[in-house]
Amino acid sequence: MTVPQIIFLATAAVTLIAALMVVTVPRLVHAGLWLILALGGIAVLFILLENGFLAVVQVAIYIDAIAILIIIAVMLTRAVMSDTDPQINRMWLASALASLIIMAGLLVIVSQAPDASRGPLVDAEVGLDALGRALVDVDGFILPFEVASVLLVAALVGSIMVAMTPTRGD
Amino acid sequence: MVPLSWYLTLAAALFAVGLFGVLARRNAIAILMGIELMLNAVNLNLLAFWRYLWSDNLTGVVFIIVVLAVAAAEVAVGLALIISIYRRRSTVVVEEIDLLRW
Repeated sequence: MTVPQIIFLATAAVTLIAALMVVTVPRLVHAGLWLILALGGIAVLFILLENGFLAVVQVAIYIDAIAILIIIAVMLTRAVMSDTDPQINRMWLASALASLIIMAGLLVIVSQAPDASRGPLVDAEVGLDALGRALVDVDGFILPFEVASVLLVAALVGSIMVAMTPTRGD
Repeated sequence: MVPLSWYLTLAAALFAVGLFGVLARRNAIAILMGIELMLNAVNLNLLAFWRYLWSDNLTGVVFIIVVLAVAAAEVAVGLALIISIYRRRSTVVVEEIDLLRW
């Protein structure tokens, strides 16, 4: 067992336990906090995959923005669903079965993958400046970059419209 | 050295956990949390494949950045919808939001 393997196993265990708590814990605010732990575990795995930039992006967007947004929404809508109400619907057994079947299928595919046991490529270092240039390069990825920006603007305007206080007569 | 299959196995397990959350939870915000878990499993898969098979070009990283942007947009619109429904019908339980059920 090498050091990266030990780090991977510990992080994977923490991430999986946190994810299980997210979907089972009855109090939604606690579920949000467990979600932060799970997302942080993913960020650690990004560092282990030697991409520090995406780890920072993961912390800045997922933990900083999305998780906080979700917790605030939980607090805004708290009064309607008390923590003693059942949080899991009647079909939870069938849902668990479906999830297990999908996981088994994915694991079968993973076990049959030809490259499954190989190690990482040696010269992986892709510089941050190369990524920045490729994102605005006409021969690079300027189209997905611009489409993503337009999508973000549309989503922001749309969510403001949807969440606006209903006017008289609605 | 961590084999590629370890990352893929973890991502599969994380995806299944998120799927269970989406299917079994009653609260709409908890369903969004499950979707976030699934998207993160996909991102982990993409980055692992990029690092182990194609780390000499940038396509995998750009793919992950686009997924992140789409996830942010999806959460913003989803939470706006949930808050709007909460304002009009005073519920966030998906079983009670059945106006369109036929």
